[in-house]
Amino acid sequence: MRTPTVLAAAALALAGLTACSSTGSGTTTEAAATGDGKITVAATDTECKVAKSDLAAGTSTFSITNNGTKVTEFYVYAAGDRVMGEVENIVPGLTREVVVELPPGVYETACKPGMTGKGIRGPLKVSGEHKPLTGDAKLAEAVASYKRYIKSQSDTLLDKTKEFTEAVKAGDVAKAKELYPVARTYWERIEPVAEVFGDLDPAIDARENDVADGEEWTGFHRIEKDLWVKKDVGGDGPIADKLMTDVNTIVTKSATVELSPVQLANGAKGLLDEVATGKITGEEDRYSHTDLWDFDANLQGSKAAVQALRPVLEERDAELVKTLDAKFADAENALAAHRSGDGWKLHTDLSKDDLKALSDAINALAEPISKVASVVAR
Amino acid sequence: MSEGISRRRLFGLGAASVAAVGAGAVVTRSFAEEPVAHAASSSDPVPFYGPHQAGVTTPAQDRLHFVAFDVITKKKAELVELLQEWTAAAARMTQGKDAGTFGAVGGAPEAPPDDTGEALGLPPSGLTLTIGFGPSLFDERFGLADRRPPALADLPAFPGEDLQPGISGGDICVQACAHDPQVAVHAIRNLARIGFGKVSVRYSQLGFGRTSSTSRAQATPRNLMGFKDGTNNLKLEDTAMLRDHLWAASGDGPAWMNGGTYLVTRKIRMHIETWDRAPLAEQEAIFGRDKGKGAPLTGHGEFDAPDFAKKGPDGTPVIADNAHVRLAHPDAHGGARLLRRGYNYVDGSDGLGRLDAGLFFMAYQRDPRKQFVPIQRMLSQKDALNEYIKHVSSGLFACPPGVVDGGDYWGRTLFA
Repeated sequence: MRTPTVLAAAALALAGLTACSSTGSGTTTEAAATGDGKITVAATDTECKVAKSDLAAGTSTFSITNNGTKVTEFYVYAAGDRVMGEVENIVPGLTREVVVELPPGVYETACKPGMTGKGIRGPLKVSGEHKPLTGDAKLAEAVASYKRYIKSQSDTLLDKTKEFTEAVKAGDVAKAKELYPVARTYWERIEPVAEVFGDLDPAIDARENDVADGEEWTGFHRIEKDLWVKKDVGGDGPIADKLMTDVNTIVTKSATVELSPVQLANGAKGLLDEVATGKITGEEDRYSHTDLWDFDANLQGSKAAVQALRPVLEERDAELVKTLDAKFADAENALAAHRSGDGWKLHTDLSKDDLKALSDAINALAEPISKVASVVAR
Repeated sequence: MSEGISRRRLFGLGAASVAAVGAGAVVTRSFAEEPVAHAASSSDPVPFYGPHQAGVTTPAQDRLHFVAFDVITKKKAELVELLQEWTAAAARMTQGKDAGTFGAVGGAPEAPPDDTGEALGLPPSGLTLTIGFGPSLFDERFGLADRRPPALADLPAFPGEDLQPGISGGDICVQACAHDPQVAVHAIRNLARIGFGKVSVRYSQLGFGRTSSTSRAQATPRNLMGFKDGTNNLKLEDTAMLRDHLWAASGDGPAWMNGGTYLVTRKIRMHIETWDRAPLAEQEAIFGRDKGKGAPLTGHGEFDAPDFAKKGPDGTPVIADNAHVRLAHPDAHGGARLLRRGYNYVDGSDGLGRLDAGLFFMAYQRDPRKQFVPIQRMLSQKDALNEYIKHVSSGLFACPPGVVDGGDYWGRTLFA
């Protein structure tokens, strides 16, 4: 959640950029036709069997069946863990599909049982006709790649918000508390896109002190306070319904938003700003203290945007890419020290020294990330 | 553009008139023969290059921003690269230029500016940037253990001190002094920014008013207790004494420190409120000085030599055995002297309605083992002033020789 001035600036920037970014609307997986036959993936808690490890360049459809006991995810990664395609939230017994467009090259597939860690990896080789991309085409592909990410995240955001709001409406405080940081994860990964839509972001994510006199406080944090402080969500039915409606609206709008490569870069930086100002201080989730979930999600969202731009950055500033890789790894390692089971320690369990180390890692990463926009705009 | 120029002019005039008022005020309250602080040159640059670092004998500027960093990179090459980047930025900023080559407003619109911009339009303001390396840098991380100078020996514990680790020590320090606080803050802020990912700010300290004069052209200012202290400071003009007491020389220790000096910092919190309730006679007895003129109790002028043997009508020494001026005087330490460069600080209030204020003491010297340590050992045991002060932080740094030219960098002699 940011201040209204920042929101206004973001909206203005969007208006300006939409007008001149016709390259942004290139290929998307939704539009691409299915190739010749689906590639089945049999996932369990310990295995990730992909039917083919050699593919022809172009569009392929992966069909993933979860035979395990844990909820899993499936990814196709390019170098540096750039997400080419992904499906999240595949519950045990379910089969889900994802369409991925792959230029020739070497990739990795990954299943993530329990939705954590680096996952069970396998190699994937793609060969065939290679049409070299021009610089502009690379930028267009970067935007398309990031839009695939937005799509996958917002689909799961809808699912998880639905589960969360239903638990709230059922008065199930324990379940709602468990689902709160999970639903927020998907929100926090794509927040820069959501922020483009002016008043919807505050309706979903305002903190109590963000709300002006006479305005109603709604959204995640309102329910958070009732869950953790009041310990009663009996009266929150309408708030839960409104949250679901607002999330629905923002997801629908996100699907059609035009993004420019510079916006991707600024979004990557914006997410780290969120970490620096809201999560390190424990202000974001001041009742639940689940700030590290949001921290992790912001970091992942930032990385997704940078990785979408990776081919362009490698061509224009290979040294910067090396720095970003190293600093992302440092920040991830610094955060990983505070894992607790499948989740994270509470903000209140971290010492001042712990927080300083995290702050240092974010500063170290945010400085090189702040240079990405000008490289992309070159 | 024209707006920018007129703003610059306004700033310039403002600073000059304020300085003039300050200097005038000093004259009315002091002796006629006392030199006036030279306000005329307060906006000029101080040369950055030279055999010694600037900011030591440079006539003490009015404002301080001091910072201590912890090095967080584990790579020596990254640390050296940072020192080179810092040196380039320092060379620019001390001459009144932006920290980076594109500056606050000259870069690409999509990129964050390479200077933060709050010093735009301000003159160089006598800015000096002085670097030092703390004992903790000489551990196993960068292979510097065998280059640690013997004079950089950890300070012993002194009675009565209450040191807070979070505002003590540090791998690297930078002292920024300027006549304009915004210029000093700008310099530290930009160095910290350049250092992200390689160093992390451990603590920083603002000082709003100098308490020392390091040149005979300057009047001795007052500390927050209202006294002129350290009038017998080492000064720029004392060439022979600077050689003997300030600069590390060939044969002192490792050659990389030749031409360098050692800095001791102590944040000294003053119990302002209880001090203010002490009778004038007690205050003067504690310092051993006249509060108005700054003269020792045995003399008439500030610079009169104190007569420690002189006894009053009752047979007791006029300057008491536990008076500050007696215990801190070179006579009590075999002639050992310091170049003091401290600043008054106020960090707001302490939540109990008391000023959180005191002296950020800084002293440069050739060998702390022979200078600061014996002096402070005696003061901490006997000084009557101890009832009203508490040392809450401590820092020790080896400040390398100066940067000789544009191809040189801070710490080259240590790392090369």
